[in-house]
Amino acid sequence: MSSEPLLRLEGVSKRFGGLTVLDRQSFSVSAGEIVGLVGPNGSGKTTTINVISGVHQADAGRILFEGREIQRLKLFRIARLGINRSFQVPKCFRAMRVRENIEVAATFAGRGAVDIDEILAGIGLADQADAIAGALTVNQQKMLDLGRALATNPRLLLIDEIGAGLNPAELGGIAELLKSLAARGIALIVVEHLLDFLNRITDRVIVLGAGRMLFEGSLKAASQDPDVVAAFIGG
Amino acid sequence: MRYPAAVLAILAAMFLVLPHVYGNQSVLFTMMTFMALAQGLNLLYGFTGYLPFGYVGFFGTGAYATSLLVTFTGMPVLVCVLGGGLAAVVVGLILGPLLRLSGAYFSIANLAASQIIYYVVANEALKHVTGGPYGVKIEQVYAPTASYATMLAVLLLATGLAAYFRRSRFGLGLRAMHQDPISAGLAGVDIVRERLIVWLASAGIAGLAGGAYAWNLSVFYPDAVFTLQISVFAIVFALFGGVGTVIGPLLGAALLYAFYAVIGVSAPQYFELLYGLLIVLLVLFLPNGLMSLLIRRNVDVL
Ligand SMILES: Nc1ncnc2c1ncn2[C@@H]1O[C@H](COP(=O)(O)OP(=O)(O)OP(=O)(O)O)[C@@H](O)[C@H]1O
Ligand SMILES: [Mg+2]
Repeated sequence: MSSEPLLRLEGVSKRFGGLTVLDRQSFSVSAGEIVGLVGPNGSGKTTTINVISGVHQADAGRILFEGREIQRLKLFRIARLGINRSFQVPKCFRAMRVRENIEVAATFAGRGAVDIDEILAGIGLADQADAIAGALTVNQQKMLDLGRALATNPRLLLIDEIGAGLNPAELGGIAELLKSLAARGIALIVVEHLLDFLNRITDRVIVLGAGRMLFEGSLKAASQDPDVVAAFIGG
Repeated sequence: MRYPAAVLAILAAMFLVLPHVYGNQSVLFTMMTFMALAQGLNLLYGFTGYLPFGYVGFFGTGAYATSLLVTFTGMPVLVCVLGGGLAAVVVGLILGPLLRLSGAYFSIANLAASQIIYYVVANEALKHVTGGPYGVKIEQVYAPTASYATMLAVLLLATGLAAYFRRSRFGLGLRAMHQDPISAGLAGVDIVRERLIVWLASAGIAGLAGGAYAWNLSVFYPDAVFTLQISVFAIVFALFGGVGTVIGPLLGAALLYAFYAVIGVSAPQYFELLYGLLIVLLVLFLPNGLMSLLIRRNVDVL
């Protein structure tokens, strides 16, 4: 188990105006691994995903994917390297049909052929393939974003609060889906407030508080860590 | 009307036959000019959402570059018209950074850029080069039929490009980018490159149209090819027919220009009123243009 990590962050910081939203984050993720990313509202979880996926640029630090610096690359370059993501607030192509949403990524990512029907089945939207994406529920749209990401044949997937508002059966289905992706060697960073859900898919979490990494380890140990407890209670 | 080849053939046949049944070739020529401009503007606005208020700047650039090439090089006029298109593309490249602006900021910066070009070209100090405020004379190459055919070719080119944007893999990327640029980037679409290509294509069409227009007029003042009214007409015509489609801008320009030619010339006082009314009605009841009447009914229009 001494393989080079797929992703490594070294002292990554991000500011918005005067506000430091990410403060010198450093961690790594290996192929096939699932890492939970937790923290109170506004602690920088989404921003972490934004800087890794190229939606925002880090102000300092390095982001290495397979040993290669990616923090200055454009979105489409990062996607073509095999990093992709879903969104907390869905951002699918609303005026396109569900199938077309997947087709765009399958067409442009240039990361090998994908089976669009299989992806649609995997995200539970096979029956809605011809529906206009904007007409789906918010949760379905989040799944469609995941499908768009899967159609690029990613090696690293960043998932932002895909479980919010789902019932236990639906959550169970997504947990199984994510585990099966990891079993295929895809690395996952999963942002989630639902700790039971995270517990089912991983025992490694990173806890953020006000942009800083407070803790890294098992979920169980996290709940006993004084810094973590203070962050969640103190806000 | 689902097939690009059919649309192109009908367009070509129409403008080749019409001069034989309707005597006023200058009306037909100007109609084609505005159809080409509406289509060229549609390439950018309809497929990327950038609204170029200064679109006329490319038209004027093409007209002047063509005229200067005719005056100073003596190359065949058709080559000079191509040079006019190329000059507009070069101006588009220089203005490329404007694409980083969004919404109204882009539109206004583009408008300002077109005014700068106009003031440079029309400047008294440049009267020995551009003719300054006294305009351009290339009447030695005046050729109404050849310039008419050239404008038709520009119109067909613009329409072919629109069909390509609507139906190709490249166009799929454009549609994605138009709906959500970030998700399009994550899908692997090089949005900066696609956007620039569309911008240059749109500029090039206006430049070619300007070149053919200059050839057809052969004597004109700077106002004639830089007036803001040209931008406004192109925008209104394209919107009236329906941007983002291939047929919409053609239909919009043909109908509204015909209306202008009939009423605008004989009774200009009513024309302004009716035109204003038409635009208000359009914005209120048909914001996506005539084509949306068909698209709403799930008709597959080009
Ligand atoms: N584009 C932006 N411009 C300015 N501030 C931003 C921007 N994006 C995020 N922020 C700020 O950065 C901080 C972290 O936001 P972020 O969205 O990363 O938090 P989060 O951990 O995902 O929170 P949540 O659980 O509510 O989703 C917040 O204070 C937020 O207001
Ligand atoms: Mg968030």
